[in-house]
Formats: sequence, C-alpha cells, structure tokens
Amino acid sequence: MRYVTRRLFHAAFLLVGVSFLSFALLQWAPGDFFDELRLNPRISARTIEGLRAEYGLNESLPVRYERWLLSIAKGDLGFSIAYNSPVGPLLIVRARNTLVLTGAATIIAWTLAIPVGVWSAVSRGWPSRAIGFATSTLLTIPDLLLFLCLLLLAVRTGWFPVGGMFSPRAADTVGIAAFWPSAEDLAAHLILPAAGLALVALPVLIRHVRSAMLDVLGSPFLRAARGHGISRSRLLFRYAFPVAANPLISLIGFSIATMLSGSLVAEVVLSWPGLGPLLIEATLSRDVYVVVAIVLLSAVFLVLGMLVSDLLLFAADPRIRQE
Amino acid sequence: MSEQVRQCAKLTVALVLLVVFHAVVLLAGFFAPYGFAQQNRDLPFAPPTSPHFVDTSGEWHARPFVYGLADDPENPGSYRIDATAIYPLHFFVRGAPYKIAGILGARMHLFGVDDPGRLFLMGSDSLGRDQFSRFLFGGQLSLLAGILAAGLSVSLGIIIGGIAGFYGGWLDDLLMRGGELFLALPWLYMLFAIRAALPLQVSQAQVFLLLVAVVGLIGWARPARLIRGVVLSAKERNFVLAARGFGASLAYLLRRHILPEACGVILTQLALLVPQYILAEVTLTFLGLGVGEPMASWGTLLSTLQQYYVLSSYWWMFLPALLLIPLFLAYNAVADAIQERLKSVAL
Repeated sequence: MRYVTRRLFHAAFLLVGVSFLSFALLQWAPGDFFDELRLNPRISARTIEGLRAEYGLNESLPVRYERWLLSIAKGDLGFSIAYNSPVGPLLIVRARNTLVLTGAATIIAWTLAIPVGVWSAVSRGWPSRAIGFATSTLLTIPDLLLFLCLLLLAVRTGWFPVGGMFSPRAADTVGIAAFWPSAEDLAAHLILPAAGLALVALPVLIRHVRSAMLDVLGSPFLRAARGHGISRSRLLFRYAFPVAANPLISLIGFSIATMLSGSLVAEVVLSWPGLGPLLIEATLSRDVYVVVAIVLLSAVFLVLGMLVSDLLLFAADPRIRQE
Repeated sequence: MSEQVRQCAKLTVALVLLVVFHAVVLLAGFFAPYGFAQQNRDLPFAPPTSPHFVDTSGEWHARPFVYGLADDPENPGSYRIDATAIYPLHFFVRGAPYKIAGILGARMHLFGVDDPGRLFLMGSDSLGRDQFSRFLFGGQLSLLAGILAAGLSVSLGIIIGGIAGFYGGWLDDLLMRGGELFLALPWLYMLFAIRAALPLQVSQAQVFLLLVAVVGLIGWARPARLIRGVVLSAKERNFVLAARGFGASLAYLLRRHILPEACGVILTQLALLVPQYILAEVTLTFLGLGVGEPMASWGTLLSTLQQYYVLSSYWWMFLPALLLIPLFLAYNAVADAIQERLKSVAL
C-alpha cells in the first residue's frame, strides 16, 4: 500500500509543478489576446484597458493563479477569450476525442509489437534481420511524412473518409438504433489516424519487447523448463514473457508522452477534432487559458497513464507487492 | 569477421552520405541553379524537368538539354513539353548572386540553362520557385537549427549531468527528478506552451533563434542522465581521486578527465538528437510556428502540403520530405556504430 500512496503523491507533485510552471510562463509572456486590437487605430487604449480589466488580465500573477485554481475546482479551467466561454466544457469533447485516438493507437501498437518483438527475439536469420531492418527504417520516416502519405492515400483512393470523426449524415439518426451505424462510422474515421500513430510508436515498442525478451531468454530457469519438455509456445508466453513484461509495463506510462505528441501532429494533418488543432489555434491567438488548460490536461493524461502502469506493475510483479 | 566488415562498410557509406549532404547544403548557392525566392509566376507547379541526351528526332546531343514548358491547352493548369524549345545545360554559369556561409558573395552556379528556359529538378511550387534550390537553401536553416539545438541540449546535459554526478546528494536528486519530469512530459505540448509564451510577431532571425533555444532547452534531460552515469563511474577512478586530492576544481576535472571519458556518449547523443531536432523544426514550422515565407526551410517546404489540392495533385511536393529519410538513416547509422564501438571497448 505504501507503494501506491507514494506513487499517488509523486503524481500530485508533478501536476502541481506543471500547472504552476506553465501558468507562470504564459503570464509573464509579453503581449496578450488584445495585441491585434492595439494595431487598430480606431480602438483607443482606454477601451483595451477596459477589456483587460474585464477579463482580469491586469491583476498580479498570484491573484490570477489563485483565481485560476478556484476555477479549476469549479471545473471551468479558466476562461477562453476567443470563445467567450469557460475552457472546461470546451475541452471535454476534444479531450475525449484525443483519448479515443491515442487509446486505439496504443492498443493497436501493443497488440502488434508483442508478437513481432517476441518473434524477432527468438528467430534466427532472415526474420530477425527483416524485422530489424523494418523497424530501423520506420524509425527514420518522419511522422509528419507518414501522416501526409496516409492522407494522400485517403484522398486518392477514397477508401477512407478524410478528416473528422463522424460523417455529417450520421447525426441524423439518434438513440439506441443509431449505436451500431455510428460505431461503424467512428471506426471508419478512426482507422487512418490510429494506424498512423501506431506505426509511429511501433518500432520503439518492438525494439523494447525484443531486448526485454533477449534478456530473459538466456536465463537458466528457461533452460530447465525446456528440459522438462514444455512446449515452445507455452515456454515463450507463459514462462518467459511474464518475466520480460516488467520493463514493458513501465514503458506503457512513458510511451503515452510520445503518443500525445504524435497525436498532436496526426490530429492536425488528418483533421481529427482533438486537442491538437485547438492548441494551435489558441497558441496563435494567444488565448492563454486554453493553452495552459491543454498543457495541464496532457500532463494529467500522462500522470494517469503512469499511475495505471505503476498499478499494473504492482499487480504483475510479486516482488513489488512484497516490498 | 564478415559482420565487422559489413558494419564498417555501412558506417563508411553513412559518413560519406552525411559529408556530401552537409557540403551540398552549405554551398547551396553554388549547387542551386536559382535563388530561394526567385519566382516564375507563369510556371506554378511545373513538374520536375529531366535532362535529356536524345531529342525527339532521335539525334544525340553530347551536352544534356532540357525542353521548354508550354501550357497544355487540353488540360488547363498543367504543362506539356515544348519539343521545339531546346535549352542546353551549361556548367559553371553566372547566375543569381548568393553568399557562401553568409559572408563571401559569389555568382557562380554549378549548372543552369539559358533564359527563358527553366531547370526545375524537383519541380516548382505555387509561385514557380524551384523546389530543388529551395530544398538546398532550406537545408541551411533546418540543418543549422538541428545542429545548434542538439549542441545546446548536449552542452546543458554536460553541465547539469556533471554537477549532479559530481556533487551528488540532494542536488543530484533534485536535478534528476526535474530531468524525469522533462523526459516524461509530451515535448510537443511543452514546445507549444513555451512558444505561446514568446512574442509572435518577431523577425525571422529571432524566430529562428527562439526555435533553436526552445527545442534545445527542452531536450537536456536524456544527455544529462547519461553524462551523470559517466561522471559517477569516472569519479571513483583512482586518477580522478588523485586529481581531486590535489585540489582540482570541478571545471578542470570535467575538462581534463571526465569529458574524454564521456566523448562516446556525447557523440552518440549528438548523432541521435540532430535528426530529432531537424524534425522538431519541420513539425513546428509545419504547424505555423517557425520561420515564414519567403524564407525556405524544410518545414516551410512541407507546409505547402497542407493544402488538399497540392497534396493530391503534385507528387513532387513530397520530394523534400522523402529526401530527409536517407539523411536520418545516415545519422542513425552513425549513432549505432558509435554505440557498438563503445560496447566493444567496454567489454
């Protein structure tokens, strides 16, 4: 239990640190949302000061931070000037979409990486070399290029819907009857960005699975098990893999950060209505609260992911449980 | 043995590729037939022109030539080859002025064709600018950004890792916890947060420096961890203990004893980080936060692909991105080779 509480404490510390850092950074920054208005000679400085006061931009940093924390407690996460509404509701849908995308990509990537990685660890000769070559090539293809090529594929062939999450016509039917058609529609839209993200993550995961398996394969207990005549597949997946899984489980937590960064690019290129496009829009218009909220949210995802992987580790590894 | 020979050959190929790539980019003005901002408004999205030796009547030319382009009357917006207009390729021609390494002015180009012929080896963009020339000039910006940022990250890593490993204790704990935070955060979101904090309307040079600084500052954690490991193991060596006994300062120890030890790690990190940071520049510029028109960088070249009609109709706009793959492969091969060498030395 001490392990879990320590992990929770660590996570909370990370969140507070990120929230303060990003907030302070953005508040100290020169310029604000009204910079564009200042360029307009027909808007007086008085008007702009009034606007700044109205949105509370002229207060001191601690006051604004305190006010922001209060708004987090309310679930507002600050106030977006561009949308003229609290950030929280704005973000929930976007965050859900990003989660759907990264979740699907994570599942695809791991279900492919484990068998391929294990296979490349146990096989000799060409399969191992071919997988090695494929992973190192995939590793050097810029993710941006990969997403652009997927987009080209969708545009040229028409096999996949281009952009968005649902087709416009899907909104016509509602209720229980619409569940299956809309799930199908979602899957059709999801497949391209999720496959792209999974492809970006895949080479790193395969390499880790491979090296974790290689570490285990030489150990004496496996030789003993083989001596007892245990079948090869059982040997690999029942005996060797659980031992190798330990570093891989902690990798799940870390790979979420890469996933989130990758999904930002994927969302923009393939027009997935997630956090990425909103973040860019907000950055370019200096809508600071939206930017801070998204950065904070990405940190929350990250912390949650690490927490989940820590808990999985706790469940999977008897040594940690006994600690 | 054959494995070793193959490794060695691979490294040689990678190194040669890197040297050639960097030399060509450094001397972009010489190898590019045109300037990066030279427009041909009447030739937007011209397909790549290929040099020929044999003309339509089957006659041989000792000097390669290109055909002129004419509007295709049946297909508005596209071109057909005008076989009556033949422009021979000349070497070492005088053309648009440029600067070598930003200092020396020159006008000599490796090759070019006479006006009004145009030589677009990689096609042209929406303003009829030569993509090949823009790729080379853009490389100056992107490669420089990648190398500078990687240098910044690694130097920070050396300083922070050196301090953490050398002093140990709470300082070590603090620095390494902070490093874990930096490693764990999604870096692109961080880049955006920092970039959002900095002014948007600034000059191109400032944008470039900002980009380098932001990308370089975020990536210090991994090199710092590795350097710290090296420092920790080096600290216990007898000759380092002796030097400390004589009262050597941290700076002296770092420079004289620890840096030579960490040389391999530093080189590997540099070779790994440069492609990553080039990609960071490309991504940020693609998303609208890098240098802008009319400057050429690999990011601005790619960002034209954001328009659907460019993406779906003009395949040659993908060429700059495809050319990055061999460059990245070469960098990674060098990093792998250094790592292998280190391992075999350590054994």
